[in-house]
Amino acid sequence: MGDTGDHDTDHDTDHDTDHESVYDGLLGSGDSQWAFGTEFEDPLAGMDTAIPDGADATSLAQYCLMLGDDALIYAHRLSEWSSRAPDLEDDIALSNIALDLLGQARLLLTRAAAADPALVPTLPAGSPVPPEDALAFFREENAFRNVRLVEPDNGDFAVTIVRLLIFASHRLAILQRLAASTDAILAAIAVKGVRELTYHRDYAARWFLTLALGTDESRRRLLAALTVVWPYYGELSRTHPVERLVAGQGVGVDPATLTDEVDVLLGQVFGVSGVDRPDLPAVGPVSGGTGRDGRHTEAMGPLLAEMQVVARAHPNGRW
Amino acid sequence: MVSVVSPDAGQEAGQEAGQEAARAREVAATVTDPELPMLTLADLGVLRDVELADGTVIVTITPTYLGCPAMATMRDDLVHRLRDNGYPDVQVRVSLSPAWSSDDITAHGRRALAAHGISAPGRANRAAGPVALTLSPVRRAIACPRCGSREVELSSEFGPTACKAMYRCTACLEPFEHVKEI
Repeated sequence: MGDTGDHDTDHDTDHDTDHESVYDGLLGSGDSQWAFGTEFEDPLAGMDTAIPDGADATSLAQYCLMLGDDALIYAHRLSEWSSRAPDLEDDIALSNIALDLLGQARLLLTRAAAADPALVPTLPAGSPVPPEDALAFFREENAFRNVRLVEPDNGDFAVTIVRLLIFASHRLAILQRLAASTDAILAAIAVKGVRELTYHRDYAARWFLTLALGTDESRRRLLAALTVVWPYYGELSRTHPVERLVAGQGVGVDPATLTDEVDVLLGQVFGVSGVDRPDLPAVGPVSGGTGRDGRHTEAMGPLLAEMQVVARAHPNGRW
Repeated sequence: MVSVVSPDAGQEAGQEAGQEAARAREVAATVTDPELPMLTLADLGVLRDVELADGTVIVTITPTYLGCPAMATMRDDLVHRLRDNGYPDVQVRVSLSPAWSSDDITAHGRRALAAHGISAPGRANRAAGPVALTLSPVRRAIACPRCGSREVELSSEFGPTACKAMYRCTACLEPFEHVKEI
């Protein structure tokens, strides 16, 4: 962020240029409009990235990857609704939610890279890709630590709403606890995230209720959606050894301790909607592992391919 | 900050540095928000600190939302404004804590929003304990910034930027934006 050296000349001249075409504003005005760009600023500029007492850097970084990947992969999936939602308001709502999560992902991946630089994939010498982008765009599928809930296709609007309700309820519970993390950066991200997730959860819960009590068709679709999404709910409260470790160190949260709280909340939404809590078996581990171990659903490969293809084709690209 | 030669000289230099920092702050405070250009960053409450260290102006800002895409533009605008006003060395830092709240928008900023047809946020509800679920539609006691009518309806909690909700006035029928309480 403090680095303002090289691209200043562009800006100075741009100030005085009369724009002749609508595209001129996109060119030569520096790179600050590009999310994935050159001369990228450090989103944690000026913050103390020291490892808190009693914590170990490797586990902290792994934990940040887990929370960051949940947000990153879900943000990517949700952003597929942009220009395709049932109406303009929901198009904008889902895009905003994706953007909030992308913002959380960026800081969490930056935190992961700062805590354990060895995690960051090596790029060709001279590559301008910042560490958080290297983590997002240059890791292989089995290096991602997100839960499998966030991977599958968006399905219809009902599937999206059910998944968002479960995701936001669980993440809001995590972030509320994480606000007391001994890692000042995680705590700060959590405090801001809580305010954002509150809107996401309310949005999903209201739509859940509307679909449940709407028409026969909307209710039919909602109930069908529950059977699609619910099998991935159990994984959210399955404690990974890293989560147990960071919880013990005062840095993170053991998700198993949130089960009751999230269950009660979902029960509240189901209750007013006249919907029974599904009684479906959870999707089991694959070869003894789940998303947190890098074992993902078949939806993950194509998702990553689309998300990463441009960045990977141009590791030295300046955008 | 300033090397002290003698107590007197030190005091004088300290005063000068203080005045210089105050002037840099005045310059930084004139930079406007890229999404809400009627507000300065100071009005919006995202300009946290401006200090001067060894000739470098260090500006601290905070994001409204974590995914706020305007942060990089704010940084660039601050650097250019300060540079145009005789401060060649500028560093912009991010502070996440304490988190920005819509309560940080100044009274002057609220008037500027209203004058430009944007409804200002009410007080953010910051109750302790678990965040409560709100299943009923949000009710805010707000008025249409164009005609003043209180007969308004929420069309979406998510607006064209992360920080705004969308409303419609049922009296004059105009849509308007409301800066969300956060």
